[in-house]
Amino acid sequence: MIIDHPLLGPRDSAEFTYMGDAKLIDRPDPDAATAARDFYDYAYLRDNPAGWHDELWFHEQGDRSWLVVTRNTITHEIRQVRLARDVARARGRST
Amino acid sequence: MRYSGFQVIKQALTGHKGWTPAWRDPEPQSHYDIIIIGGGGHGLATAYYLAKEYGQKRIAVLEKGWIGGGNVGRNTTIIRSNYLLDGNEPFYEFSLKLWEGLEQDFNYNAMISQRGILNLIHSDAQRDAFIRRGNAMLLGGADAEMLTTAQIKARYPYLNTKDARFPIKGGLAQHRGGTVRHDAVVWGYARGADSRGVDIIQNCEVTGFRQESGRVVGVETSRGYIGAGKIGCAVAGSSSRLMSKVDMRLPMESHVLQAFVSEGLKPVMPGVVTFGAGHFYCSQSDKGGLVFGGDLDGYNSYAQRGNLPVVEDVCEGGMAIFPAFARARLLRMWGGVMDMSMDGSPIIDRTPIGGLYFNGGWCYGGFKATPASGFCFAHLLARDEPHPTATAYRFDRFETGHMIDEKGMGNQPNLH
Amino acid sequence: MSQKNRISGGQIDRTKTLNFTFDGKRYTGHPGDTLASALLANGVRLMGRSFKYHRPRGVLTAGSEEPNALVELRSGARQEPNTRATTTELFDGLTAKSQNRLGSLRFDAMAINDRFSNFLTAGFYYKTFMWPKAFWEKLYEPIIRKAAGLGSLSLKDDPDVYDKGFLHCDMLIIGAGPAGLVAALTAGRSGARVILADEDFRMGGRINSETFVIGGTSGADWAVTAIAELGSLPNVRIMPRTTVIGAFDHGIYGAVERVGDHLATSETGKPRQILWRIYSKHTVLAAGATERPIAFDNNDRPGIMLASAMRTYANRFGVAADKRVAIFTNNDDGHRTAADLHAKGVKIAAVVDIRPDVPRSLDYEVLHGEVVDTKGRLGLTFAEVKLGDGSIRTLECGALGVSGGWNPNVHLTCHQRGRPTWNETLAAFVPGGTLPPGMVVAGAANGDMSTHRALQGGAQAAQTVLDLEGPLPDLPQAEDAPINVTPFWYVEGASRAWLDQQNDVTVKDVKLSHQEGFRSVEHLKRYTTLGMATDQGKTSNMGGLAIMAELAGKTIPEVGTTMFRPPYTPTAIGVFAGRHRGKDFHPTRLTPSHKWAEERGAVFVEVGNWLRAQWFPRAGETHWRQSVDREVLATRASVGVCDVTTLGKVDVQGRDAAAFLNMIYCNGFGKLAVGKTRYGLMLREDGIAMDDGTAGRLAEDHFVVTTTTANALPVYRHMEFVRQCLAPDMDVQLISTTEAWAQYAVAGPNARKLLEKIVDVDISNDAFPFMACSNITICDGLRARLFRISFSGELAYEIAVPTAYGDALMRKIMEAGAEFDVTPYGTEALGVMRIEKGHAAGNELNGTTTAANLGIGRMVSGLKDSIGKVLSQRAGLNAEGDLRQVGIKPVNPADPVPAGAHLMKATGPVDAAHDQGYVTSACYSPTLGHAIALGFLKDGSARLGERMRLVSPLTGVNVDVEIVSAHFIDPDGERLRA
Repeated sequence: MIIDHPLLGPRDSAEFTYMGDAKLIDRPDPDAATAARDFYDYAYLRDNPAGWHDELWFHEQGDRSWLVVTRNTITHEIRQVRLARDVARARGRST
Repeated sequence: MRYSGFQVIKQALTGHKGWTPAWRDPEPQSHYDIIIIGGGGHGLATAYYLAKEYGQKRIAVLEKGWIGGGNVGRNTTIIRSNYLLDGNEPFYEFSLKLWEGLEQDFNYNAMISQRGILNLIHSDAQRDAFIRRGNAMLLGGADAEMLTTAQIKARYPYLNTKDARFPIKGGLAQHRGGTVRHDAVVWGYARGADSRGVDIIQNCEVTGFRQESGRVVGVETSRGYIGAGKIGCAVAGSSSRLMSKVDMRLPMESHVLQAFVSEGLKPVMPGVVTFGAGHFYCSQSDKGGLVFGGDLDGYNSYAQRGNLPVVEDVCEGGMAIFPAFARARLLRMWGGVMDMSMDGSPIIDRTPIGGLYFNGGWCYGGFKATPASGFCFAHLLARDEPHPTATAYRFDRFETGHMIDEKGMGNQPNLH
Repeated sequence: MSQKNRISGGQIDRTKTLNFTFDGKRYTGHPGDTLASALLANGVRLMGRSFKYHRPRGVLTAGSEEPNALVELRSGARQEPNTRATTTELFDGLTAKSQNRLGSLRFDAMAINDRFSNFLTAGFYYKTFMWPKAFWEKLYEPIIRKAAGLGSLSLKDDPDVYDKGFLHCDMLIIGAGPAGLVAALTAGRSGARVILADEDFRMGGRINSETFVIGGTSGADWAVTAIAELGSLPNVRIMPRTTVIGAFDHGIYGAVERVGDHLATSETGKPRQILWRIYSKHTVLAAGATERPIAFDNNDRPGIMLASAMRTYANRFGVAADKRVAIFTNNDDGHRTAADLHAKGVKIAAVVDIRPDVPRSLDYEVLHGEVVDTKGRLGLTFAEVKLGDGSIRTLECGALGVSGGWNPNVHLTCHQRGRPTWNETLAAFVPGGTLPPGMVVAGAANGDMSTHRALQGGAQAAQTVLDLEGPLPDLPQAEDAPINVTPFWYVEGASRAWLDQQNDVTVKDVKLSHQEGFRSVEHLKRYTTLGMATDQGKTSNMGGLAIMAELAGKTIPEVGTTMFRPPYTPTAIGVFAGRHRGKDFHPTRLTPSHKWAEERGAVFVEVGNWLRAQWFPRAGETHWRQSVDREVLATRASVGVCDVTTLGKVDVQGRDAAAFLNMIYCNGFGKLAVGKTRYGLMLREDGIAMDDGTAGRLAEDHFVVTTTTANALPVYRHMEFVRQCLAPDMDVQLISTTEAWAQYAVAGPNARKLLEKIVDVDISNDAFPFMACSNITICDGLRARLFRISFSGELAYEIAVPTAYGDALMRKIMEAGAEFDVTPYGTEALGVMRIEKGHAAGNELNGTTTAANLGIGRMVSGLKDSIGKVLSQRAGLNAEGDLRQVGIKPVNPADPVPAGAHLMKATGPVDAAHDQGYVTSACYSPTLGHAIALGFLKDGSARLGERMRLVSPLTGVNVDVEIVSAHFIDPDGERLRA
């Protein structure tokens, strides 16, 4: 596969390491009363869709960016590639 | 009809006119006591044992395509029980014992061949880990033997001990491990279940569940509504898709695992060998093809196909230990979609919804588990309590912290 | 032997003669021949045996779809089984052997199977061989396996080299027939970067096999002209002998170029084959079409071949399949073969056409009828024809060309989601469904069967995908004959009619499959093995499908089509591996002082991709234990030095560096003083220990984190995940500096004295106490980092210098340490000393261990958030009686306590149900004079002093042990603080 890196342009996916669902960005509040349940859900449960999937790829043999790649799990088509950091900020992870 | 050598001769002498369909092609009835969704190895085995061991009646297996079209028809046919952890070893040993008597049990020659599986060792730490595992196997009633490199070379003289990047320092063997003709497992269970009254309904896709007051009462299918007392889901590879119809999210991801077969070759591989410093394992089929595989492609996928980097990675692993295979040709590659669970171990459990039971999360290890998985799932469906060898395969183990993590890779499915 | 079937014409070089042998017999051929064409020229029809019945087999085709003419090519370590004679380019000195026979090819003892064929029908083995149970593995299976397979491997290491490469283009064109050539010309002239690949060694595709005129010249000459023009274009890469094997995601194609297969041996320094990954924006699939046979009784005799193959041998290779041939066809194309061969002086016994309105010929007899049977034990002698009026006619012929219509080569269109659709006119599947993105199909592969339409389709495809303006280029005049085919799949007969000639699947087997309920295409395939042979059913699948459709009362598309999967043709495993084999399987990483260690005679061990010194044998030491024991004792007595460069190192800098470390380590780092180092434990988010190491604070905003060797990469990845995804606005930067620093542990009571001779600063116990760290200089100004940390339990330091100075520093340490008899030690002594000290390492941090298991549960700070904290609190990870790390020692000091052994209570059953724990790491402790071990034991911390049994049934160990503290030496840590 080819991942169109937002900074570097198209790169072979073999340069990247895959982690999984981009929901891993949404780490729950450890101090919430529901933290135990929230972290269980965060760490273990997955939508695992057959279709479009936001997922985390690390450019290990490249610029070491974590990327959020929107890819179709049936066709493997890639629709969008963003820096995970930007996504994290957009999802309110700025402190 | 009972299969036998006599029957084969009799039919041959009478123009093969008497062979009957291995299973019927019934129209779905309006209601069954138990519906199994998924006509793969596990689903058919479940139906078989429900009928045979647990005396259940009015059972149907619903298959969206043709039976055996999922992972049971696209794996590398290995059976073994070389597991380490308490939650796993008794279950897989139970499975291996069922394999050992299966052909006589269901009257079908699935070519179960206990030609042995050998895990190569390449470092001292790996040896320590394999000794621990081998001891766990022996203490659990399975078989295991530590082999020296010389012993291994006697069986595989062409193994690379000359310039191997990761020298071979021995191996852990399970002689009772081996291979099975995978399709025959499907057909044997299907035929056995059918002959005990189970309706196997192909081309019948489940599109939804009907629930009444917190309990499933039937399924909507491409062939209409079918009522059911209990429903068991055994659709590994599609588990998340199916269970999303009852709004369940599962502790798993779907990943593609590729497998490969070479052209037919005169026998060179007596057993199954796994490379311990790369991603490669290999055996040779009774037809002569080298059957081999390696790692997952690594990304979520429902496409039954993979990509070149992993093909190359697997062949590199092969060439690392078997440089004599270079001129053998890879004939066909294919991919299966794995339920990769969060700890690498399966789930056989009730769901929060009454009457709905789940079997899945087999990662790439489902084939060898087929008999025990069917047996234990049948037990759960019939008795509403887990089979003694499958008590650990619970949904809630992640929430309570009772993971069964053989490889110690944690909650990242593609690392298991 | 003379080339008795050689006729005029053809694209071979008759000025040169090549010698070759088949089954030891010498023959000659010419450049341009394939092994198959040369054998046919020499009158050799029998080339192989079928898989199951060992029936005699000759060529069926003239291409890569060949199921029958498979040979073991070459000899010795280069022996290559199952090689298709039809695609093997002839070279001088070629040797080939027939395969799958017991005895000679003519008298194969295994042909007895054919006598029992009635018992060996599809799937018979599933129904028998079950009794007595033990006989399957002892008797039946060994017999079956002995018969398994076709050719054999030499089992010698392949001496040839394989390579891999990457290519990029605007347009990849697969197939250099008329469609592919015009597509390449159109695209090439526009300036686009074009790759034109064809599996054949001669480009031109089907037109090389025809007598067609293209633009006033012969098709073959037109192809030569087109290739010449393409060759003159710098933006076009022409790749003959290159098979595109698969269409993978995002326009990536796998292709194998056979660089040296047409040579006696590959040129020195050149690979035998290259695996190319071709990245293409657009792809034109112009892979042509494959003719399919008609099944009839005994249609598998040598001499019976596809009519198009017969034509290829005549037109391209100047070879007559025999002096006297017949044709059996259901379409007009079959008549072409008769006409072409007749024109070359070959006697046409007759053309048999199933269609009543048969095209007439003045030159030879044309019959309406069906071939119902054949004769000839090792080669065809007679064909029996049932004429339209029901009468039987026997044709004497040595070859029979069969034409059942053409199947477009849709294979690559199916490698992703494409599902072919049925075309009534062609009675064949054509590309359909969702093709691989960027792919268009042209020519016969698209169902455009005439040369004219192929040319047009190729030009159109190139224009469309490249968005070229203007009308189509002028195309040469070419034939545009319509397709006239009447679907006809098999002749009803009493005997056996073959579909899959290699696997011996007959029409009867398909009928039996249907009778027994194996009716889906996939069940048919798996039950009968139809299409599973090395040709993957390229000529047989359609027939099986059509018969199943007929039996099921369905149309062919209703029954379905089987999937085509990569590779397009079987591909050497070696080429997928390329140069990554043997020592080059993975890269080898060497530390900066590797050369020094080599000079010292070190024994090295693989640690991941690293090589590390395992021990340093001295003269007179004959067993590794002697070296290791000496290294341990010398270090503990005076001073030792060990290369620890491979440990992962991450520089963490920024205002929020401390806060970041607080996040990734379960224990606190916020209050760590500048100039201090602290042990840190990292958990995964699931609460399990991920890695441990130390982090030293070199400045308020600068830490150096160390990881274990094995986890350097995953830990760094994880840290970047936390930084970028969880804490995107923390002011912190990470850089992996593992490769930037060479690092050495200097340990032992004299460590300080030794280092004082090297460093430029005061490292007295007051100035540089235990756990101190600092940027310093050494040797009068070289920058270095010094950490006072100890893995061995001794007074110890780790000193790091820029990698370039690693070797020099090691030599300097040895020189400065000479007066203390400094001893270099390797990973074994390192391991012994850490076990003696009770430090956990990789064997303990096995991915299932919690901080509590390690006995450091208190370290998980309750005061702050950190990765893994919440989930580490789950009940299952904090149960009563959980495993705790303990020390283990033998009751009898002479006994071993091996790693991997399990702990059992002193009395009671020894089985899995009573397992109490296990040994993780073990060694002989030269310090204590007996074996010691670390392990995990249920409720271990409460069981110190307990006598237990340690069992390892796998290795035959059963000894009494005592549970002790894991800290075997210096439990109070006085030595490290000295």
